[in-house]
Amino acid sequence: MAAGESNISSHIQHHLTNAKMCTVDGSVAFNKACSEAGFWVLHIDSLAWSIGLGILFLWLFRIAAVKASRDQLAVPGKFQCFVELLVEFVDSNVKSTFYGNSKLIAPLALTIFVWVFLMNLMDLVPVDVLPALAGWIGFTFFGVESQNVYMKIVPTTDINTTAALAMGVFVLMIGYSIKIKGVVGFIKELTLHPFHAKNVVVQALLVPFNLLLEVLALITKPFSLALRLYGNLYAGEMIFILIGIIGLLQLPLHFIWAVFHILVIVLQAFVFMMLTIVYLSMASADNH
Amino acid sequence: MNLTLTIIGQMIAFAVFVVFCMKFVWPPLMDAIEARQKKIADGLAATDRAEKDLALAQDKAKDQLKDAKAHAAEIIEQAKKREAKMIDEAIAKANAEREHILAQAKAEVDAERIRAREELRKQVASLAVAGAERILQRSIDEAAHSDILEKLVAEL
Repeated sequence: MAAGESNISSHIQHHLTNAKMCTVDGSVAFNKACSEAGFWVLHIDSLAWSIGLGILFLWLFRIAAVKASRDQLAVPGKFQCFVELLVEFVDSNVKSTFYGNSKLIAPLALTIFVWVFLMNLMDLVPVDVLPALAGWIGFTFFGVESQNVYMKIVPTTDINTTAALAMGVFVLMIGYSIKIKGVVGFIKELTLHPFHAKNVVVQALLVPFNLLLEVLALITKPFSLALRLYGNLYAGEMIFILIGIIGLLQLPLHFIWAVFHILVIVLQAFVFMMLTIVYLSMASADNH
Repeated sequence: MNLTLTIIGQMIAFAVFVVFCMKFVWPPLMDAIEARQKKIADGLAATDRAEKDLALAQDKAKDQLKDAKAHAAEIIEQAKKREAKMIDEAIAKANAEREHILAQAKAEVDAERIRAREELRKQVASLAVAGAERILQRSIDEAAHSDILEKLVAEL
């Protein structure tokens, strides 16, 4: 049935499209009007959900922090114990991997872990609920056809979110490399390894190869970070959407995939955090 | 999979979150955790110390008890010795007293006997004299035969 198939594919397409915002001819435009805007588009659903979840994370942890600093030796409540458990967990991971002395790494790792986890967690909300709600709101209050209201609630299934995280880590990698080894040391690291020769001429010939290899090694790191998280979550979301269109049989399947996905979302958050620590540790290690 | 301006927005959000976490979330929590860890470590150390102190005190108490027992035994021993000594002394004293009293009584008795005998002698003498006087009333001159009578009296 051609109509059914196109219905299904448009349903999937609808689920996989971000809510867009851009300016067209000096005025704000949304969604399909932005198809010509190219780079200059904001995915407002990704931004809203990720920033909202980030604020939720910081708000909750700030409450625990305020309580903790009010009376450091008071018996902590359950919530505060949980928060401190997470902090302790991240701290021990950082301490066992990152040997430098940095006030930034541990809070960075905690932010990445909890924030990415919360963003991934949105994947467990049944796929049709929030888009349908958004469509209803759009239709009822703004008179927009619900087919034209987009709502992608998992920010980590948007490459922009994962790439932004990876870029942040990449900037810190460069920053740490330069801070620890100096500009000259960093350039030396990029050009004099892995192939090294005593003869100056041979060494000069080897520099382009070294540069190619090292730069490639350097930039694959943020790419792998961004694409790993994006790929895992995008695939998971895709499966949820596909399960969602098969009718009543979806219930057990959805349950099984959701249970499996609980593992994936925690694991991906943890992997992102650990790789961030490892990359920054490598960047600040002066062992070449 | 299209990169858009969103990436810049997300990076800004990321940076802000990390900075906020670094300034206002991590340090107070870490301080509290460390403070509590220190408190727990102190508490455990104090418990260890208290246990050691208790063991020491128990040892000391045991030693003291042993000393006290030994001391008490010694005191009892001394008291017994002293008691025996006192009894002996008392017996000796009582014996001496008895001897003394006996001796005194004997002396008194002796003196009394001597006096009585003396008196008796005198009375016998006078009785003899009286008798002799009655018998020899007429023939014997008391004054002339007094030497004989004296002799008689001395012989009694």
